[in-house]
Amino acid sequence: MPITTKGDTDSSVLDVQNLKTYYTTQRGPVKAVDGISFEVKRGEALGLAGESGCGKTTAALSILRILPSNGEIVGGKMLFKGTDIVSLKEAQMRQVRWKGISIVFQGAMNALNPLFKVGDQIVEAIKTNEPRTRQKEAYERTDRLLELVGIQPSRARDYPHEFSGGMRQRALIAMSLACNPDLLIADEPGTALDVIVQAQVLKLMSELKAKLNLSMILITHDLSIIAELCERTAIMYAGKIVEQGEVARIFKEPLHPYTQGLAGAFPSIKEARRRMISIHGSPPDLLEPPKGCRFHPRCSKAMKVCKEKDPNTTRIGKIDHRVACHLFGEQ
Amino acid sequence: MAANKVIEAENLTKHFPLSKGFSEMMFSRKKTVVHAVDGISFDIREKEVFGLAGESGSGKTTTGRLLLRLTEPTSGKLFFKGEDIGKLKEKELKPLRRKMQIIFQDPYESLNPRMTVSDILAEPLTVQGIVKSRAEIEEKCREMLQSVELTPPTEFLLRYPHELSGGQRQRVAVARGFILNPEFVVADEPVSMLDVSIRAEILNLMLDLVGKYNVSFLYITHDLALARHMCDRLAIMYLGKIVEMGPVETIVYEPLHPYTNALIDAVPTPDPAQRGKRDVLKGEIPSPINPPSGCRFHTRCPVVMDICSKEEPPIVNIKGEHHVACHRHK
Repeated sequence: MPITTKGDTDSSVLDVQNLKTYYTTQRGPVKAVDGISFEVKRGEALGLAGESGCGKTTAALSILRILPSNGEIVGGKMLFKGTDIVSLKEAQMRQVRWKGISIVFQGAMNALNPLFKVGDQIVEAIKTNEPRTRQKEAYERTDRLLELVGIQPSRARDYPHEFSGGMRQRALIAMSLACNPDLLIADEPGTALDVIVQAQVLKLMSELKAKLNLSMILITHDLSIIAELCERTAIMYAGKIVEQGEVARIFKEPLHPYTQGLAGAFPSIKEARRRMISIHGSPPDLLEPPKGCRFHPRCSKAMKVCKEKDPNTTRIGKIDHRVACHLFGEQ
Repeated sequence: MAANKVIEAENLTKHFPLSKGFSEMMFSRKKTVVHAVDGISFDIREKEVFGLAGESGSGKTTTGRLLLRLTEPTSGKLFFKGEDIGKLKEKELKPLRRKMQIIFQDPYESLNPRMTVSDILAEPLTVQGIVKSRAEIEEKCREMLQSVELTPPTEFLLRYPHELSGGQRQRVAVARGFILNPEFVVADEPVSMLDVSIRAEILNLMLDLVGKYNVSFLYITHDLALARHMCDRLAIMYLGKIVEMGPVETIVYEPLHPYTNALIDAVPTPDPAQRGKRDVLKGEIPSPINPPSGCRFHTRCPVVMDICSKEEPPIVNIKGEHHVACHRHK
């Protein structure tokens, strides 16, 4: 069976513990991801949110171990279905990519090769990862994948330029599902698309998630996309996760001042007109992140301790909600 | 608000001719054109923030450029404070340019990388011959940097664009737009390239300046949620036509056109409780080269009738200032 549903136990698919990824640059190490921990359960979507430069894409590249040559995982563990993939050899890692974890890159416009037919590119993905698949079978599978994402199989013979932006995004999603992965990482799946096409793509993703019992990590700067699609969310700021937990909970009662700021930056269309709230200043340079809590220079509630000590992550009550802020630390 | 009209467009149209291949040129006389803007009429009043929303390809950017005469209209009339400016020559336009300004989408592209902030801000002043001396220029620049909150100005005057963050760049672009004391400013998706946390800041800044300098403002966007918090009135465009227009509250709470409805539904709500409670429009915007007959939206409309593909619905006044072009509402 090429497209199967995965078992639906409550087990964790990916468990990231204290992951650190640094980039070596001429000016020194950039701590793009600096000790983040999160977990993705079977059939669950986790939304990883934050501004550009907060390390969310680096986190995704680290999980697949496809960092640029100056990037390196310097610490932490990533347990994928129980195996730590940080220590895997490259050949073993290749078995994880596509079949275990796959990614839909940002910018659907440019992620397909313009010189090859869309169908052939999907077939290539299948044949590379499952060399024993016969040609005919691979093409049949491609047809079914395209059908799954709402593209007529006859369009498999088209080149990417014959597809619209929305269709290219769909084709990429189809390709990422080619080898039936457990976990799908989607990096800004809606950003370059028009509102209505974006809504179509999000709807498709939530349907696929239910149908295939997929686990997902959705990387975005748009909190409303997370509200639309995810069960849990982790908010990143300057290489760290500042708050994470159930989506319903965090949207109802964001605790970290940064999350509150982000939530305020997205006015809802139906609510009464108000002045938009913004976070003053811009994100810090990760070559020299601020001492203490990295958000303190922009925080309206900063205290003395915030400038000195990095806050620990504290669990709020007995629910799935954790926050790293001195306002909620053990007193 | 029965205020004076600053901008008035009547049946404004822009068709871009399409370049043809050699054989087509030889054997066919048919003219192919892109119907970017196809007969739209509206007005923008004094001190008003007017929004123009729609998908890409709906013609909103072309409309903005037409109003400033950055693009020549194919036909139709255009008035600026009662004066017909649709047919003015380039030379005659120059004094008008001072009164009409634009803020572009991408602050990474719209600022010359080889000019310092003070050069960028001084250029409009010298081109228009407004200032006499260097000292006066500098004073004006400082004043303007102050009002876009790039403080202290001394620190920014001699910087180049690459030494500024995206948000700071867009502030410089905003300062350049306002430095001539214009009466009408167009902002074409001014925050879509910026980071989420600073979007609100730039929008608030523009609203403040609109109030402070008493300008009329055209805000072009695809983000209805932001439009709702920025604008007084809003027009929804689809394939070169205005399909619905009215006070922003009316458009958001009582939309009549099925396309407006679809656009509003497509905006993700930052509330997990509302999840999955929306219908998503199928298909994509058709090509503006051969737009559909009749109502241009009929190919995607969920409530299409027989008449829709045959006859184009006129834009009619429903109530107060609410206008809609749909066969279901007459």
